[in-house]
Amino acid sequence: MLSISNLNVHYGAIHALKNVSLEVGDGELVTLIGANGAGKTTTLHTISGLIKATSGTVTLDGKDLQKTPANTIINLGLAHVPEGRHVFSQMTVMENLYMGAFIMKDKAKINENIEMVFEHFPRLKERSKQLAGTLSGGEQQMLATGRALMTNPKMLLMDEPSMGLSPILVGEIFSIIKELHEAGITILLVEQNAKAALSIADRAYVLETGSIAMSGVAADLLEDERVKKAYLGA
Amino acid sequence: MTNKKTLTGYIVNFIICVALVVFAVMARSLGMQPKVSTMIWQCCYFIILACSLNLVLGFLGQLSLGHCGFMAIGAYSAALISLAFQRAGFYTEKSGPEFMLVLVICIVAAGILSAIVGLIVGIPALRLKGDYLAIITLGFGMIIVNVINNLPFCGMDGLSLGSASSALYQNGLGFVLHQLTDYLWLPVLLVIICVALMFTFIRSKYGRTIKAIRDNEIAAGASGVNVSYYKVLTFALGAFFSGIAGAIFACCNSSLTTGSFSFTSSSILNSTFIVVMVVVGGMGSLTGSAVSAVGMFLLNYTIKNGKWVQALPNFAQQIFAYPMLVYSIALIIVIVFRPKGIFGTYEFSLVNFVTSIPRWPAILKEKFGKKKTEEVAGNE
Repeated sequence: MLSISNLNVHYGAIHALKNVSLEVGDGELVTLIGANGAGKTTTLHTISGLIKATSGTVTLDGKDLQKTPANTIINLGLAHVPEGRHVFSQMTVMENLYMGAFIMKDKAKINENIEMVFEHFPRLKERSKQLAGTLSGGEQQMLATGRALMTNPKMLLMDEPSMGLSPILVGEIFSIIKELHEAGITILLVEQNAKAALSIADRAYVLETGSIAMSGVAADLLEDERVKKAYLGA
Repeated sequence: MTNKKTLTGYIVNFIICVALVVFAVMARSLGMQPKVSTMIWQCCYFIILACSLNLVLGFLGQLSLGHCGFMAIGAYSAALISLAFQRAGFYTEKSGPEFMLVLVICIVAAGILSAIVGLIVGIPALRLKGDYLAIITLGFGMIIVNVINNLPFCGMDGLSLGSASSALYQNGLGFVLHQLTDYLWLPVLLVIICVALMFTFIRSKYGRTIKAIRDNEIAAGASGVNVSYYKVLTFALGAFFSGIAGAIFACCNSSLTTGSFSFTSSSILNSTFIVVMVVVGGMGSLTGSAVSAVGMFLLNYTIKNGKWVQALPNFAQQIFAYPMLVYSIALIIVIVFRPKGIFGTYEFSLVNFVTSIPRWPAILKEKFGKKKTEEVAGNE
């Protein structure tokens, strides 16, 4: 579904991504793990068009994403859940979800999708009239994810959904991600919490200072000595 | 239930608007003083100006310090267009259907011209954020004054003395005192139309979108919003309405000088003061802006003309001789005690207000009851 080949990104003189290539197949849950500053977020931002690559290609179902403006990529069925819970804090949960459906015209479909999001996240339904800024960290992450689901995307890009959450909430968020994956959505998950990410993913890529160091089936990487040493703290 | 309530809201608001216009039409026969009607004219353009800036500052979240520049464009284009019509012999006296038509054309053209300039300024400027945008718009406010000064048909000395014409009120739009009362319905009607339009704008999908941009640009972009398009659109819309405010300004003044719109203008008609109005009223509340515009205007008026100032002790009088000092103290008090402004993001709704009256005893009781128990607890 999504394929990246020989991607190079520069921030000024800094070479942030070096010949990164990765593939995400239909219905797969692929995770991209790595330390701080390895280039995980940069990869996602390049996919969703927020950063322009110096060379290399990013294609979604054969369409070149580099040539598509950032705000129209969502029309292709690719939804980005940005890092750090970017919710519209001065708007209610309901308004946030309506904003997620910004590109949709069909009101009946929008309401249907709101029900669908509430099914995944019953907590949001209880808080639908509350301002998003007053939600807890975990709820904000749920809202950001729910908002991305509003357009029935084929593929989700998730950037560190576990960031700053308590261990219980991390578990909750990951079980929801698994649920979404089982519902047939293709997911590219960027995580620092390697153990949690590897335990739900199909395949994984390990990013190290801008280039792919390792890749393979997630369960194998979970047992890999180098990964264990570097990322799992064992 | 909700629909019924909104419907009652529409009906009540409509009746009030009609009543206001009827009152304005009858102002002359009610024997309204010219002084009072001048004040109403001034209030009207301040309300439109503050509300239009609130679109940009409160709802879009971009600091614009050059709002009076757009007003200047509106004022000058309305005045010049009316002069052109007059010279073409389209109308000779300020009444009758021809003059009405010219009036409408002038006001609409003032808005559109301002909006076009807003587009031209907005497209490059809105790529910047925060302080940088503030500096650009500040510069724009200064540039536009100089440009108007140096246009041969506007003239350094303004429209009353410059090369353009003799006194504006003799030929163009400007009304003399008794006409201000006759035409009082005009600003009142314009305020109602403009504020109603702005309300529909912010209550629509567009309003929700620009609030989303204010809250989080990245997330808005990720939801598929073309951020720059909506920013420029809102900026141009704000410019459009301040252009209309400018047209009203042109109508109620016998002459125009660029000094009235310059950044250093000592009256309350300068871009920073409009920002103060919006901040005090509450960023994100149109009714707040309107109330604060009228309040600030009246405060300014009473400080400058009120007899009560002379009754104050000597040192207070000396402070009041510098009104800007009083406003800054007022602003600081508001910022300290109500950082979100008097109204915050709350919109005053007459229907809600009236329907809440029966509940007042209960609310008061609750508050006082609490206080009493607290006192009792304290005594113990």
